[in-house]
Amino acid sequence: MSGEASKQIEKDVLWGGGRSPFSVTYGKMMMWFFLVSDALTFSGLLISLGFFRTGVFGDLEGFWPVGEKVFEALPLLGTGFPLIYVALMTFLLIVSSVTMVLAVEAGHRNDKRSVTKWLVWTVIGGFFFLGSQAWEWYHFIHGSGGYYISANELVVDGLDQSGETISYTVAAGEKVYYGAEHGHSHEEEGHDEHHGHDHASNNEISGMGGGGHDDHAEEEVHGEQTPKVLYLNKYQTSIVTVDDAGTITKLLAVKNENLPETSGADLSSNEYGPQQYANFFFFVTGFHGFHVFSGVLINLIVLIMVIKGVMHKRGHYEMVEKTGLYWHFIDLVWVFVFTFFYLV
Amino acid sequence: MERDDLIQDHNYSISANHNEAQGVVIRKKIWKVTGILTLITFIEVVLGIGFKQNSDWWAFIKWSFIILTLFKAAYIVLSFMHLGDERKNLKWTILTPYLMFVAYLLFIAAREGTDMSALLLNYLGS
Repeated sequence: MSGEASKQIEKDVLWGGGRSPFSVTYGKMMMWFFLVSDALTFSGLLISLGFFRTGVFGDLEGFWPVGEKVFEALPLLGTGFPLIYVALMTFLLIVSSVTMVLAVEAGHRNDKRSVTKWLVWTVIGGFFFLGSQAWEWYHFIHGSGGYYISANELVVDGLDQSGETISYTVAAGEKVYYGAEHGHSHEEEGHDEHHGHDHASNNEISGMGGGGHDDHAEEEVHGEQTPKVLYLNKYQTSIVTVDDAGTITKLLAVKNENLPETSGADLSSNEYGPQQYANFFFFVTGFHGFHVFSGVLINLIVLIMVIKGVMHKRGHYEMVEKTGLYWHFIDLVWVFVFTFFYLV
Repeated sequence: MERDDLIQDHNYSISANHNEAQGVVIRKKIWKVTGILTLITFIEVVLGIGFKQNSDWWAFIKWSFIILTLFKAAYIVLSFMHLGDERKNLKWTILTPYLMFVAYLLFIAAREGTDMSALLLNYLGS
């Protein structure tokens, strides 16, 4: 009967009941439990995204916006860099996860200086990520082109790829996207090339080059006689009129009528496609961003504790390990958000 | 049955300190995992840029994304979060809910989503 009673148990790691289930401390175990439940919350968000993605909008083929077309801008450099910014954000979070795991490793050696150093880098990485997200939100909310909503039914005449005249009816309330704003995007090479042959619309396209959706742009739309070149939402695959090779397959021209302009996205309008796309963007990345924010705060608090020598006095750096778990979890969630919101 | 709630050695996490030599080995592993994670992200971005959603390859690419993501997640959880170094029963207590319920829920969401659109398209005329 030399059972548990005879075995050596370190006092500082025992739980209240004198045991240590799973051979981890109470705090670490509870951090894992919290992460399990938090992960279920994120799973719920991503699964509901999957519901819309595979179903209601997925079957109306290509209705859902394509990530690489919506997120293709870089600060200062403009558009034409599909997914690069999001990839950089992902890389940034991975790197800050690495600095965190290095801090944990240094903690196991009771190396206060190294822990401090790596935690500082982790906090800096966190702030950079928050800044990146703020910029991305700003860019998403303000939009990159803007669409026009037709107030009433419009008959649109234009030229298709082969130069034939085609007619298209824009229903009342339908969104019409002005094409020329995206003059720098990678798809526009085909665009411009096409217009080289299409003298009827060449003028408008080049005139609109970097103009954006300013008053100038609207004026041109209101202008009479000259047909305006428009194409439907470039963020969606089925309505989009740019084919695989980057050539425009359908050209539309508005004869007249005023089209109120909408640009960007918020919770009641969305330039990019279905309203749910914007809602999911705000809610999923927002909820993740909130986690990053609280993670940075927690890291800062632990950093201050480390600098003050609290952990060193304790003789172990388990607190760094526990906050590290939370920080890695944030990285883990982003990996899934990156795939299921931006890539797929 | 082996008991794992008794502390008998220094494998216990709070006292699992290591010396400089062991630290070198651990750090080497950390940088290796960093390289793998960066490489996977790079591959994902290249695939994302290189293939349009209406290409014939898209279904294959989509599943590649998902599998690569699961690899990335596994490296983060098992290596960075040290779950691979924890006791086996703790590891599976945490991972089993996901392997079971999330896979199940994903299946239900995808199935139900498809049927919802069939409903909308065929019966509600949108």
